[in-house]
Formats: sequence, C-alpha cells, structure tokens
Amino acid sequence: MDLETMYQEIILEHYRRPLHAGLRDPFDAQVQHVNPTCGDEVTLRVMLKDAGSEPVIADVSYEALGCSISQASASVMADMIIGKTVGEAMLISDEFLALMQSRGEAEPDEDVLGDAIAFAGVSKYPARIKCALLGWMAWKDATAKALSMTGEQV
Amino acid sequence: MTAVAGRSRAEPLDIDAIRSDFPILGRAVRGGRHLIYLDSGATSHKPRQVLDAERDFYTTHNAAAHRGAHLLGEEATDAYEGARARIAAFIRADPGEIVFTKSATEGVNLVAYAMSNAATAGPHASRFAVGPGDEVLVTESEHHANLVPWQQLCERTGARLRWFGVTPAGRIDLSGIDDLINGRTKVVAVTHQSNVTGVVPPVAQIAAAAHEVGALVVADGAQSVPHQPVDVAALGADFLVFSGHKMLGPSGVGVLWGRRELLEAMPPFITGGSMIEVVRMEGSTFLPPPDRFEAGVPAAAQAVGLAAACDYLDALGMARVADQEEALTGHALDALAAIEGLRVLGPLDTQDRGGAVSFVLDGIHPHDVGQVLDELGIAVRTGHHCAWPLHRALHAQASTRASFYVYNMYDEVDALADGIRQAQKFFGTA
Repeated sequence: MDLETMYQEIILEHYRRPLHAGLRDPFDAQVQHVNPTCGDEVTLRVMLKDAGSEPVIADVSYEALGCSISQASASVMADMIIGKTVGEAMLISDEFLALMQSRGEAEPDEDVLGDAIAFAGVSKYPARIKCALLGWMAWKDATAKALSMTGEQV
Repeated sequence: MTAVAGRSRAEPLDIDAIRSDFPILGRAVRGGRHLIYLDSGATSHKPRQVLDAERDFYTTHNAAAHRGAHLLGEEATDAYEGARARIAAFIRADPGEIVFTKSATEGVNLVAYAMSNAATAGPHASRFAVGPGDEVLVTESEHHANLVPWQQLCERTGARLRWFGVTPAGRIDLSGIDDLINGRTKVVAVTHQSNVTGVVPPVAQIAAAAHEVGALVVADGAQSVPHQPVDVAALGADFLVFSGHKMLGPSGVGVLWGRRELLEAMPPFITGGSMIEVVRMEGSTFLPPPDRFEAGVPAAAQAVGLAAACDYLDALGMARVADQEEALTGHALDALAAIEGLRVLGPLDTQDRGGAVSFVLDGIHPHDVGQVLDELGIAVRTGHHCAWPLHRALHAQASTRASFYVYNMYDEVDALADGIRQAQKFFGTA
C-alpha cells in the first residue's frame, strides 16, 4: 500500500477536526476504554431517548487520546449513529467489525457504512485494528450500560 | 564464528561481517524495501551461529535433560549444564548461581513469589519474608516486569510499595534516598538500563545503601546484559534477571542470577518435577539451587542457543559492543535533535545511557509515526513500551522508540531521521 490508502483524506479530516468531540451532559452512561498495548484511551458518553418502539441515540460525546485512526474512527462513528435507533447503530457496528476483521479482503458496503468505509485499508494492519475499534467498543459498552439501567435489551 | 573471529580489540566492529551472520537482515519488507530493524530493545535478531546451535541440539542430542538412562539424556544434560557454565562466565558468575527461567519477567516473579512463600517456609527463609510495616522500593522508570510483581507482592503481604521518582531528564531522582532506603526496606528493585530512556542508574550506589539496612537488591538486566559488559560482583546487586531473546539468543529462555547464600536459603516459586529431593504423600523436600528453581523439563535447546549467543557476543567483545552502540546512540541523538517539534524522552547525551532512544513529535501520535516508518521498511516500537508510569512522569501519553544493536548502521539512523521528517510532511505538522 501507500500511506494514502490507509490514511484516506476522510480519516485525516476527521482527525484534524473531530465531530461531536468533548464530553457533554446530559448522559445515561459513561465508559472509559483503553488499548493496553499503546495506552490510547477514550472516555465516551451515551444519551438515549425513548422514541416509541425503540430507543434512539440522542447524543454520543467523547474525549479521545490516541492516534489518528482511533480519533477519526470515534468521530466518524459519532457522526453516523447520532439520531439512529440503537438497532440501526448495532447493525452498522457489526458491519464495521466484520470489515475490520477482514484482513483487507472484504468489499465494504457503503450504503451501511457511509464514511466508515474509509477504514477498509486499516484492516490489513492487525496492529491498527484495535485503534479503529476503540470508539465502537466503548459505544457498545456504554449503550449496554444505558439500556440495562432502563431495563431494555440490546 | 568465522565471520567475527580474529579481530583485535582496538578495531571497531565490522558491521558488514556481523550483518552477514543474520539471515533475516537480508529479507525485504513492505514494498520490497530493505529491512531497517530498530527494535532490538523489544527483541533482537539471531545470528546463524545461534540458530545452528539450537538446531544441532535437536538434530543430535535431543532428550530431556536430567532424566533418562540413555546416551542422549546424558548428552542433553551435558549440553544444558555446559550452557549454564557458559552463561555464568558471560556475567562473571558461578554456574551454581545461574537459574534458567523462561524470561526476565519470570526471574522477577520468581524472587517476588519466593519472598511471599517465605512466610511459611521456616526460619531459614525468614530474611526473605515481608509483611505489614515492611517496604518494597522500586523506581518510577521500571518496565512493568520489574514493577507489577512487586505491587503484587505488596498486595499479598501487606508491605508498602515506595518508589524513586525520575528527574525531567528521565534519570532516577536519588534526592530522597536517605528516606526511601530505611530500616523497613526489605527489597529494592531497580533497572540496570531503562528500556525507554536508556538511562543506566547507579545500581552499585543504590545497592550499597540498601545493603547497609539489610535490604535485598534485584537488578533488571534485560536491557543491560545484552548491551554492556556486566560483572555481577561489580554490579553490587543480589539478584540480576535477563532474557535470552534480547541478546541474540532464542525466545523462551531467561536467567536469574542470585548470590549463592541467598539462593540456598530461598524457598521455591514453581514446584513440581526436577526440583525435588524426596517426595512423600505427606510432603516433599527440595534440591539445592539452582535445580530448586527449575521445575519441569528444562528448555535445553534454548539454553544451548543462549550459550552460543554469549560466544558470539564475547567474540565481538562486549566493550566494543557498548562502544559501538554509544557512538550510534550519539549519532541518533544528534540527528533527532535537528528535527523541529521532536522531544527525546531521556538524557540528550550518551553519559550513563544505553541505546534506546524514545521520542515524541508535536501533533503526530506515535502509532502514526510508526506506520509511516513501517511503510519505509523501518521497524520501531510505538506505545508506552511496558513503562506506563515512566511515560506519565515524562508527560508523554506514548512514544516512538528506536533501539540499536550490533548489526545497526549509521545509514539506518539517518533513514530514521528522514522517515520522521516524511511523517511530519505527511501529517502536515512541519
């Protein structure tokens, strides 16, 4: 690869100007996740709202310390899932996880993944996959916490 | 050893000849580029002499050492015990004081667990016992391998963990030594060369103060034994741990050196076969050291490989190895100092400093620096290098580390500096 394949312009844009960054109130649950091999960390808050049949993600806010991949991934994620139902966001999350575990073999589905397809090149580098997943794993964890407090199931 | 034999001590190392002994240095990496390996602090490469020795053990003598009523068992035992003697000579120790472990990490754990096991091991082991009111002293610059086992010892026994801080230059701050080393101090664990800053602390001075109050001293030699001449008598410590794989040897073998009278009184850590004297259903007695600390079938092939690594390094001459690395480190510090927005963690000169150079760059995370360098064929380490508290103390979330060994060249250091500038260009920070 050349570096541009991995560091797509979308990734560098989100890294330089992360969307929805900073921790905000109110929130239902907060988690802190770290990548113990490099010390990267993210603190992430989730706010859900009841919208009839399914909870909707009202806000995702975060503070991330880490490399361009982990920061950009958190930014892309927050931008994509805010406003979606938890179920819709879980589908995107599963698709993104599958892409990251594909070793560069998967054909990413832009209809599902949107800007997150920019991370396809990362999946060829096992050492960086955790970076791309850090924010997503924190969001899943925070959402599970938020739902368990309200008695809902993921 | 033909490629390295026959040089006088005055000559510098013949790097080309050395490189020809390391098959892996000939391979291509990403994009067909030459490998520039600057990660020997994590693990070193192995010369064919070491690979041949290990293979020769398996193809000719393989058997379980210290067992078996057959010729191969005898030869395997001789090879294993011969390796012990060879490694002892490398650090000017007595073979009976060399305990094979699987790693430096296991060596530290062996001592730390022996100390908590001492509580129930009888009066002869009392000098190892720790409990509430006792203190365990470490430094803020330790690798996790020489920190976490001591934290755990304190948690198991109720002893209190204390530590030397570090100065802004990454040296160990000894200003509080009179308070930190006191009548309650039972053990002092200190690195003999930092894997992040390269700092070589005054172990002998710390050990002298510790011995005045009757404390034991454990030195972490994982980064020193491969890179500088080490004489355990001059070191001043009571225990020294190191790993084979960082000194041209195989993975899976390490060494704990300990003073004989201490090893003799010390209770075991891992128990089982090979370390027992008499076993009855009601209880067992244990062999004298070093066997007492080597339960299970030993890693004889790996020990033989490590002995071959000692042969290789001694043929080069450890003083010359250290000189060569000091020169290369000086060159790296100069080259990095010329890069704007770069901060080296640790001393900026080579005084009492080994060949690990860690740095941070304004506006670029180490992972991203490492990715750009990898694209250029340059292998470095990124992250906190198993020294998280040290990074915190030096106000770095993580860093990029270049570390050198006998096969590294000035050109490779220059390529590193160029690569860092390319990273700055790519991420638009310079």
